Amino acid sequence: MNKNFNTVGKSVRKIDSLSLAKGNAKFTDDFPLKDALHISILYSPHAHAEILSIDTTDALAIPGVVRIFHHENVPAVLHTTAGQGFPEPSAYDSRMFDSKMRFVGDRVAAVAAETKEAAEAAINAIRVEYRELEPLFDPEKAMEPGAPRLHGDDAKMPIPVKYDSSRNLAAEVEIKFGDLEKGFQEADFVLEDTFYTQYAAHCAIEPHTSAAYLDERDRLVIITATQVPFHARRIVSRVLDIPIRDIRVIKPRIGGGFGGKQEVFLEQLVGLTTWSTGRSCKIVLTRPEVFVSSRTRHPMRVTLKTGVKADGEITALEMDALMNNGAYGSHALTVLSNGGSKVLPLFNKIENIRFIGHTVYTNLPVGGAYRGYGATQTYFALNQHLDMIARKTKQDLVSFIKKWHIKEGETSPVFQALGEGKEGVAQIIKSCKLDECLDKGATAIGWYEKRNKRLKNGPDKVRGVGLSVSMQGSGIPKIDMGAASMKMNEDGSFNLYIGATDLGTGSDTILAQIAAETLDVPVENIIVLSSDTDLTPFDVGAYASSTTYISGAAVKKCAAKIREQVLGVAAKILNTDAGGLTVRESLVTDTKTGKSVSYSDICTYAMYSNDQFQIQASASNIAAESPPPFIAQFAEVEVDTRTGKIRVLKFVSAVDCGQPINPALAEGQVEGAVVNGLSYALTEDYLFDSKGRMTNPRFWDFKIFTAKDLPEMETILVDSYEETGPYGAKSVGEIAINGPIPAIANAVFDATGVRLYETPFTPERVWKRLRKEKYPGS
Amino acid sequence: MKTKLTINGKLISVQFSPTDRLLDVLRNYGFTEVKEGCRDGECGACVVLLNEKLVNSCQVLAASAMDADVTTVKGLDAGSAGPIQEAFVDAGAVQCGFCTPGMVLATYALLQENPDPDTGRIRQALDGNLCRCTGYVKIIEAVQLAAERTKRHE
Repeated sequence: MNKNFNTVGKSVRKIDSLSLAKGNAKFTDDFPLKDALHISILYSPHAHAEILSIDTTDALAIPGVVRIFHHENVPAVLHTTAGQGFPEPSAYDSRMFDSKMRFVGDRVAAVAAETKEAAEAAINAIRVEYRELEPLFDPEKAMEPGAPRLHGDDAKMPIPVKYDSSRNLAAEVEIKFGDLEKGFQEADFVLEDTFYTQYAAHCAIEPHTSAAYLDERDRLVIITATQVPFHARRIVSRVLDIPIRDIRVIKPRIGGGFGGKQEVFLEQLVGLTTWSTGRSCKIVLTRPEVFVSSRTRHPMRVTLKTGVKADGEITALEMDALMNNGAYGSHALTVLSNGGSKVLPLFNKIENIRFIGHTVYTNLPVGGAYRGYGATQTYFALNQHLDMIARKTKQDLVSFIKKWHIKEGETSPVFQALGEGKEGVAQIIKSCKLDECLDKGATAIGWYEKRNKRLKNGPDKVRGVGLSVSMQGSGIPKIDMGAASMKMNEDGSFNLYIGATDLGTGSDTILAQIAAETLDVPVENIIVLSSDTDLTPFDVGAYASSTTYISGAAVKKCAAKIREQVLGVAAKILNTDAGGLTVRESLVTDTKTGKSVSYSDICTYAMYSNDQFQIQASASNIAAESPPPFIAQFAEVEVDTRTGKIRVLKFVSAVDCGQPINPALAEGQVEGAVVNGLSYALTEDYLFDSKGRMTNPRFWDFKIFTAKDLPEMETILVDSYEETGPYGAKSVGEIAINGPIPAIANAVFDATGVRLYETPFTPERVWKRLRKEKYPGS
Repeated sequence: MKTKLTINGKLISVQFSPTDRLLDVLRNYGFTEVKEGCRDGECGACVVLLNEKLVNSCQVLAASAMDADVTTVKGLDAGSAGPIQEAFVDAGAVQCGFCTPGMVLATYALLQENPDPDTGRIRQALDGNLCRCTGYVKIIEAVQLAAERTKRHE
């Protein structure tokens, strides 16, 4: 393991950051499009209804209205809006426009008009007659006989997995190992609890935005805020029946994604508008539209049953998850699967395991990809049980976790059993520094000084500390592919072309660092162009914590090929063989003669002197495995037992993400995920009225954290190196969102002795729990 | 409707409809560094200096800004804004960057009023600017760094 890096491991400046800070960098809505049509959408006011008639006469008469799209004039191609690989492991249950409305916020019609005002006036002038149907809001009742049915027989899974629209079943997963019954019999005690997590919004500050125009050769160009430009091109091609060769998708700067922009639902609308009118067009969702009609985090009910011996050994574990996917089945199978596959291997010594999960449709907003992707929901349950078990068996939680978690050289049968829509991939853990994460985190929070102390801060305020551990993956093994190509310029700089999608995460920068490290040049000499389906090679896009590990390895391979060519030319110039050459700071030296030639001269020679050729290469990468990053997260809270208000005083995250390519950017991923998670744990929620309408579709009413809500934060990147990753890297994008909910809940128990089972932990909910458990003074 | 606005020091004639916000006018006239995140005055992505005061431009009717002096992030004097922007870059406080022009303006307004703010004051000053990427940690560090560098410079 060579950890003697030049560029890797350094917090170099994010390459686009200064242009962003100056306001120069362009997001989708910042591109000037001449005479672009504005698109507005009419949404269903009913949770479940049939459209009996739609009359656009008055709307079309409004000056400036160019086109109105609805189910009667747009081809009904069944597809999924989930921007996943092909074939997608999500049900084909959506049409661009449908005659059936399945939630308040479902799409009735869209107007393309010369001005925003005209488009909005037309929306109000469309007359729709609905027949209301009985709505289904309770996921627990979704599969009951006689429950309202959302989708017809034509809705299908494109892959052979269990799916039954007649029972509102969007996905089902079951895995079993060992003998569960025997395991529970061997136990000295059995814990069984049910935990609930809520709907949540991604809240990327840039709303979903797409624009389209025809280029000078009448090809369809879509500029869009997407995490998945290549999947977007494929889905648009299929839904609109436009050949892929006629579509170009460009992702410019994008204002945050977090999974929300892994969904392809505006691109086909701008594509349709431009393709059918020949006009450029644009749609920018309003904030309420983003909340209601884009995608959300799936709410989940998780029932966890663990059988435990007196010494703390878990003899059996049964996890039963019910996931609410809302009206359409985006990511229904894979988020559910991840609730098991990213969670159960962490405690790999449990021999008897069953994971059973169902995802159901309801007439509520649609679930989708969201940072953490199911693991966040089920870790709430698992980490509560770990805390309960450690307490019941009178062990310190840190030592208990250390004893039972997966270690280097070990595996779990779950890796192979549970994949993404098919079997997973067996793997042996090569890097796991969770013990170090636990030790460093415990020291930072003051675990041993504060645990079980119930320190008081005034008559009604009591403090406690809690812990959560989790793992994630690094891409989807044997499915996710990333590719890169590079060419050399005569000043010794290199163009790097990558399909990978930088959402603000900094992947353009870390991929440039990987190329710079391989070629031994400063990062400034790598010119990055990413996410343009005409110019860059394919990449699945930014999801599943895949970019650093999978696309990063593609860049490393590609740069290594370039380096070989560079050395080949240098050998020719220096009249020696490439074996005796060394590279240092863009200079190639013959170790025997001491003679050197610069990168600049090498490229100039290759371009102009003899046997001319372009120094260039490309490489693809799929991963044989998905090495998990690990994290230990600690919360110190203060509970006001009179009001139920929880204040998080300090939050510590200690993470093993392998070798961080750029430590500042890795910390930024952790900090961002933690604050998102804190806000999800304490305040964020979708509130619905009795008709299924969201009543709080605004930042402040949904309640995301501001700078003022921040606890003291500490992030620790522990020393680690993953031998299968590019320069030792694993992923870091998602993992840190798993900890806040369970760490806070465990800390509240430490402070009060009262367990919390339902998120968000609002003062009202906590106060009710304290009252129910007869906490003195509540 | 028509009016003249001084935007980043230049007098510009603008046309707008009575319901337009200052944000709409700015973006329509190419000042796309002013971002729209919510149109509710909640996210701070659209802040500008209106007659030297920090405002959410989505909450200002264009008609009420007649003859006003508007400064976007691009119109700040380079001597004051430069160190702030560099500090955001060096502190790793820029992720997606959609909120950053607003954050830089909020920082500028804060440092004009208080060149040596403590963390509490920084948090309060940034309370109207939402960021979902960074968790604010590095943004707060960036403001501290900018304050230090500005002081050292003076």
